[in-house]
Amino acid sequence: MTHFIDRRLNPKGKSLGNRQRFIRRARAQIRDAVQKSLKDSAVADLAKDRKIKISAKGTREPRFRLDPKSSGEQDFVLPGNKEFTPGDEIKKPPKGEDGARGKQASDSGEGEDDFEFTMSEEEVLDIFFEDLELPNLVRTTLKETPSRTWRRAGITTSGSPTQINLLRTMRNSYGRRLALKRPSLKDVAVLEAQLEAGERIDPQTPETQEQVAALKEQLAKVNSKRKWIAFVDPIDVRFNSFTEQPIPTSQAVMFCLMDVSGSMGEREKDLAKRFYMLLHLFLKRRYKKVDVVFIRHTHDAQEVDEREFFYSRQSGGTVVSTALDKMLEIQRERYATADWNIYAAQASDGYTQSGDARRCVDMLNGEIMPLCQYYAYIEILDEREMEVFASEDSGAELWRAYRTVCELWPNFATKRISRPSDIFPVFRELFKKAEA
Amino acid sequence: MATPLFTEAEWDFATLDRTLKAIEDIALNDLKLDIYPNQIEVISSEQMLDAYSSFGMPLMYNHWSFGKLFAREETMYRAGHSALAYEIVINSNPCISYLLEENTMTMQALVIAHAAFGHNHFFKNNYLFRQWTNAEGIHDYLAFSKRYISACEERYGRDEVEAVLDSAHAIMNQGVFRYRRPPRPSRERVLEKRRRREEYQDETYNELWRTLPANATPPAAPVRDPDDDNFSDEAKLPEENLLYFLEKYSPVLKPWQRETLRIVRNLAQYFYPQRQTKVMNEGCATFVHFTIMNLLYDRGLIGEGSIFEFLHSHTSVIFQPEFDDRRYYGLNPYALGYAMMADIRRICEKPTDEDREWFPQFAGSGDFMAALKDAWANYRDESFIEQFLSPKVMRDFRLFGLHDKADDATYKVSAIHNENGYRRVRATLARQYDAGASDPDIQVVGADLKGSRKLYLEHRMNRGVPLHHPTMELVKTHIERLWGHDVALEEIADI
Repeated sequence: MTHFIDRRLNPKGKSLGNRQRFIRRARAQIRDAVQKSLKDSAVADLAKDRKIKISAKGTREPRFRLDPKSSGEQDFVLPGNKEFTPGDEIKKPPKGEDGARGKQASDSGEGEDDFEFTMSEEEVLDIFFEDLELPNLVRTTLKETPSRTWRRAGITTSGSPTQINLLRTMRNSYGRRLALKRPSLKDVAVLEAQLEAGERIDPQTPETQEQVAALKEQLAKVNSKRKWIAFVDPIDVRFNSFTEQPIPTSQAVMFCLMDVSGSMGEREKDLAKRFYMLLHLFLKRRYKKVDVVFIRHTHDAQEVDEREFFYSRQSGGTVVSTALDKMLEIQRERYATADWNIYAAQASDGYTQSGDARRCVDMLNGEIMPLCQYYAYIEILDEREMEVFASEDSGAELWRAYRTVCELWPNFATKRISRPSDIFPVFRELFKKAEA
Repeated sequence: MATPLFTEAEWDFATLDRTLKAIEDIALNDLKLDIYPNQIEVISSEQMLDAYSSFGMPLMYNHWSFGKLFAREETMYRAGHSALAYEIVINSNPCISYLLEENTMTMQALVIAHAAFGHNHFFKNNYLFRQWTNAEGIHDYLAFSKRYISACEERYGRDEVEAVLDSAHAIMNQGVFRYRRPPRPSRERVLEKRRRREEYQDETYNELWRTLPANATPPAAPVRDPDDDNFSDEAKLPEENLLYFLEKYSPVLKPWQRETLRIVRNLAQYFYPQRQTKVMNEGCATFVHFTIMNLLYDRGLIGEGSIFEFLHSHTSVIFQPEFDDRRYYGLNPYALGYAMMADIRRICEKPTDEDREWFPQFAGSGDFMAALKDAWANYRDESFIEQFLSPKVMRDFRLFGLHDKADDATYKVSAIHNENGYRRVRATLARQYDAGASDPDIQVVGADLKGSRKLYLEHRMNRGVPLHHPTMELVKTHIERLWGHDVALEEIADI
């Protein structure tokens, strides 16, 4: 009997294993292609499926095939004759060009063509972030006194009385009592009632006396059996067991600081935003538990949510140190160094109120850097400035000030960005996986 | 007149059921087809792409090349460059056909007639499939191979397994027995038993046996087949099946690698009949669906709208662009197969004098199904064309033969569709469909097992056509990997 089977609801992604194998196989080429394709596109487009073109080289599947073009002869038949008669000669298409004629033999052959296919966002990001790592992600909590928690770990036969598992204990006890036939209170009550009735019989005959004696004996036996077989025996007792477990570590908080003041133009903001978006994607993807705190500042700093941070505008003067203050405040409130790895990334155009740079450096050296695993400072310049400040040493006030911090702390990094195309390389350089 | 089976384009399972019954009635009672039981499955487009990329089989071991194919197909499909097949059918018992959920009801009817009856009849009756494939066992075997390959991946690592599969795939086309059955099937069974035994041992492996005193032997220690050492008697050279040869005699392969080669070889053998019967298989299925759909229409079971939709799709399926058309991509097997079979029907029913002269056996016999069933059962593409391609079909297709010599600057027209040319065109076309002639003929001719361990291969050229050299070198590397030592490939000219 024929029947229809509806397979549409079967689990999807049956070919996923094969796809992963393919991507793994062509890894090197795909990586190059992804890098190239990302370089030319806006960061906002990062989180999209994209077409990837790789050369077919690494994934070639060679087979033996014939090459009738090089020598030898063959006959073949074609449809659609219009004017030919036997003996006619037809010019061959020039070599190298795969004309319509004589294609039969090359169907199975693979060309050297590029191979194009679509990669999902996940796959693209995986490859892009493959060799990047948040620097110095020390497991602080393991290094120092690790915080621990108690976890249930089943049932044991020993433990503290407060942890007795009543249900288990009583179950064992009941089973044991059943197995050993411990007389119940009901049994005792029945016997006692019989005895009482027997004693009350008047006049007592030898027969009844005998019965009473037998009942007394039986009652004594039952009572003593109840004594031998305890209601709850030590072997019945079960305890809940707990073990200590370390709390999962490697949680990190990333402070994103950005100057949104008037001195930051539309273009600068856009670049900074792109950098953070990339960073944000990276963090969300790379680490299980990462908190991100967005702090924007003008002459005054505030903590905002992601949307605000990237999309809303504000104007005002520039006091960078307010953002650092805010960051410290939030850190003290919510992110104890014992449990959190602290990272910070700051973007600015390099201008701040005169004298403020000094204060920033003091704060960094004194308070912030000892807390931070890593601090990245991105300075956004326009292209003319970039040429002027070709050397690392020259720059705006904040840049020069931060250079001194750089020398003191190996986990402090400064980079300059002037074009969208700078962002990827700089990002990669900042978050390069540590050697070894 | 009966009421139509359906009037809407949308399908549902009740309508499918009704339609299937009507089609089955025609197929079994009018056409008297002989089929495996059907199992028809409705699948989504993603599942169809999936099936595409793993040889069209429901179960397949994992390999990156399937992933690559899937990625390509998917991109093409999403970009709208290619449409999906309406169906996929598997040569198995029960015969599984996949229907695409996006088909309209008319298309579903077409596809059921085409796959579940046309292809199904062909699979069950054609001598190649009967002799070479095991329709009962294929699913179990695929399930086994999938399990086996993934177990190997787990045990020996993905890279190791991938390397063997890559190499085996490279000579898959040289992994079939073209002219004979595998030698000594009894030995095959011995190996099969050994494989089962190993599997069983793996499953029942018990750490306790290791704790026994040293002189106690664990039960069922693997027995080494004494035949393995006896090369010269055993190997009957030359050997056309490279995979078989490597599986049996490669000095370096481990048992699981041999088993892997064997899996690839069995698959190659399973698909070999399909490669040899493209025209017939598709022609048979197309002829059957055309006949059934028309009978449905004649009996009022499908409406005018349906029959027009059907004809539209049918004619695009059997469309044959001419050689100078931009769309030309070789002869369309659907077109050629269908045209030849429809012509056989015409010859049986309304023969001309020409037909009587060319096909005296069945011209005018009236019973076209008898003639067709005989053809479906006993021929493959090459012999079918050689035997049944009629002058009328050659004229309709305006077939002409070209002679191509690599050194010449021109092709020479060798024959056209005229009285003098029919036989020549037909013979040329038949040869074109001979898988034995279009695949390079590569054989193992010797192996120096005592000395250098070099393996000697020969390519016997057909009319002086050599192998494509760059790919040949690559394939040779793969063979060297499986053989473990040098491989020499010599090309023997025949002219």
